Amino acid sequence: MGKYFIRRFLGLLPTLFVIITISFFMIRLAPGGPFDEEKAVPQEILVNIEKKYHMDEPIVMQYGRYLLDILRGDLGPSFRYPDHDVNFFIVSSLPTSLLLGSMSMGLALFLGIGSGILCAVRQNTWVDYFFMSIAVMGISIPLFVIGPVLMYFFALKMHWLPTSGWVDSRAGWITVLMPVVTLASYYFAYLARLSRASIIETLRSDYVRTARAKGLSGPVIMFKHVLKGAMLPVVSYLGPAFAAIMTGSVVVEQIFRVPGLGKFFVQSAFNRDYTLIMGTVIVYSIILIIMNFIVDIVYSFLDPRITYK
Amino acid sequence: MKKILIAFAIFALALMPFGNAFANKGELIITNGAEPQGLDHAQISGVPEHRIFFSLFEGLISANPKDASPLPGVAESWTVSNGGKTYTFKLRKTTWSDGVPITAKTFVDSWLRLLAPETAARYAWFPAMFIKGAEDYNSKKGMKDVVSIRAIDDYTFQMDLVGPLPYVLGALIHYSFGIAPLHVIDKHGKDWTKPGNFVGNGPFVLEKWEPQKQLSAVPNPKYWDKDNVHLERVVYLPTDDNNTAYNMYLNKESDWATVIPLDQLSEAQLSDDYQSGPYLGTYYYVIQNEKKPFDDPRVRKALSMSINRKHIVEKITRKGESPALSMVPPMAGYTPSLGDAENVEKAKQLLADAGFPGGKGFPEFKILYNTNEAHKKIAEYVQQAWNENLGLKVTLMNQEWKTYLNTRRKGDFTVARAGWIGDYQDPNTFLDMFVSGAGMNGGKYSNSGFDNLIKKAASMEAGPARMAALQEAEKLFITDDQSVIPIYGYTSQNMINMNKWGGWYNNTMDWHPTKDIFMK
Repeated sequence: MGKYFIRRFLGLLPTLFVIITISFFMIRLAPGGPFDEEKAVPQEILVNIEKKYHMDEPIVMQYGRYLLDILRGDLGPSFRYPDHDVNFFIVSSLPTSLLLGSMSMGLALFLGIGSGILCAVRQNTWVDYFFMSIAVMGISIPLFVIGPVLMYFFALKMHWLPTSGWVDSRAGWITVLMPVVTLASYYFAYLARLSRASIIETLRSDYVRTARAKGLSGPVIMFKHVLKGAMLPVVSYLGPAFAAIMTGSVVVEQIFRVPGLGKFFVQSAFNRDYTLIMGTVIVYSIILIIMNFIVDIVYSFLDPRITYK
Repeated sequence: MKKILIAFAIFALALMPFGNAFANKGELIITNGAEPQGLDHAQISGVPEHRIFFSLFEGLISANPKDASPLPGVAESWTVSNGGKTYTFKLRKTTWSDGVPITAKTFVDSWLRLLAPETAARYAWFPAMFIKGAEDYNSKKGMKDVVSIRAIDDYTFQMDLVGPLPYVLGALIHYSFGIAPLHVIDKHGKDWTKPGNFVGNGPFVLEKWEPQKQLSAVPNPKYWDKDNVHLERVVYLPTDDNNTAYNMYLNKESDWATVIPLDQLSEAQLSDDYQSGPYLGTYYYVIQNEKKPFDDPRVRKALSMSINRKHIVEKITRKGESPALSMVPPMAGYTPSLGDAENVEKAKQLLADAGFPGGKGFPEFKILYNTNEAHKKIAEYVQQAWNENLGLKVTLMNQEWKTYLNTRRKGDFTVARAGWIGDYQDPNTFLDMFVSGAGMNGGKYSNSGFDNLIKKAASMEAGPARMAALQEAEKLFITDDQSVIPIYGYTSQNMINMNKWGGWYNNTMDWHPTKDIFMK
């Protein structure tokens, strides 16, 4: 197992290297640069700026310089926000995105698996139909519709919640409600459907029939035998889902003014802020890779057929 | 316990007269648009940044909130000599927020820092248009001693201009002419703008800055005019989503909304809080003047004369814009030279004279615009107008913002949407960018008569003769050559409750210094 960990960990590095290399060159292929503005900057000034950011050097040299900087843990200065480094933005905004993502994932897991179990046990009753219709809505209505609708109802009509913000001095923790619910909606829906289907399938399997024949009670069968097996597809979905919830928070962060990394991810691309784009891409890649890694490990605990050597 | 209460009451009473005399009241919350690039005046280039600059810094000149005209700032008074080319400013004795004095040397050093090539200031071109020698230093054609600015003594600052530019005082309000606390920058490097390190000289001083969350400022106790600063706090909230910003205003979470989303406009216009007025800017279409058959002024005139601008502003944009036939918006002392008004019959005739009767034989071409609902609707209307009125085949091409800027910079278009916001209140800011070979002259307009008139005006002192020269230049540019197609003059849009807040006025620069805003 220990060897496997090390091997997997070392395997991350080439993946990251490929991602960095491809992103580095692709970003520069996009037309327009970080210093294109409505009032075009005169050529003489552009020369000064490009020199300052080493953009006057051949691109291969810039790439080499960038790799060396990364090895030192320095993601460089932001082109758009010269008062700050990319490191600063990541350190200050990643925790917010992680918090938003974890809370949403927690909510989605709790409600999704809970309603999945309920629907599977009460299959084809009104409970089942009720939760599954909510789930269909959750899957089909995009975040950028759910967010503003919640905002309209709870903030503008009922005045129960502030429109936006994130744990600020004025409104406090109550601000997290709408972004978390909005972001959780899709994953709740997917998890509810996935766990319902998976539990129903497991309920029909031979070992559950055997357990029943042995006279075990309903709850024991459900929580000790069914859930463990039924959660396998859910777990394998969680890795990519968690990574997606991190990157997918982009829209939610924008609508609800959440000061997370997702906002930088989008804005930096529009601004052609090369270093900030690279920084966010690297962070998101690491999250994605780590999540997949964790899923593989959890798998080995849940499924006795899988072992890692 | 009783004793403590009495002692507390006496203490509170003792404090009261001082507490109330200059009490600042009211927290003004502004939804400020994009996250500010920074606070260093040498590194910023946008409108949200300018709003913050007004709170945290002050240059020689400050802005009159009523009409954005120049008022004394750090400069108490000034004299003009050498035929309008030399300005001598008498500075008031004031300090930075940390108590370090601001002297004439502060201005010399700050301006040289902004102009230094290694600073790579994006807006360095602006001071370079005014100050003698500034452009040479910025483009490495000379050392810093070529920049013609000097400290005569601690409180006398002098500058020489490239010509008698009568609009220079208004331009000095701009952040590129601001100052920076070099003693703090030496100590903290680029971290000097972080709260705790920050030092400014404006009516307010930085209190908190959490990127993407909020920036707040409180009154600066060292500000020279602190008795006339009324607010208790100014809060700038970055808002990328226009709908959220507008909803925040409706929900009373902000006091001043600086953007109104297009689809909420009709609702907003019904509110008493809706503030709109002429804004110093022109929306226009730029044409490649060298490209055949667009090199023929008759073709460009035909294009311009076949558009119904009234329809565009009343049915499409609906922000109270004024249809424009000139590049320069109307200003005090200047009557713009107009292009021909809408006249479809004459347009057809002109196109026929140019060799394309009924549009026959005219090459198909594209209108380039950046992705945006309003630009798209205008382009669709213009496409239809040119097709129906002139028989031309036109297609539309939209591009994402930076891609569009890149295409325009390379001149890789035939007709493109453009907008220009004046940097100062003078016709020159709308005209001098079209001289032959200028970087911002994307349509490659070239007319030596026009070039000479702009040059001549730059050497003339303020007065009707100078305005006449600029008018003559615009006549060549628009009335005769129709180099570009002006469409409308911009208007500003804000939401603020004037029954609650005073000291906020509509003006053509859309500048609203927080120093003057107070809670009623």
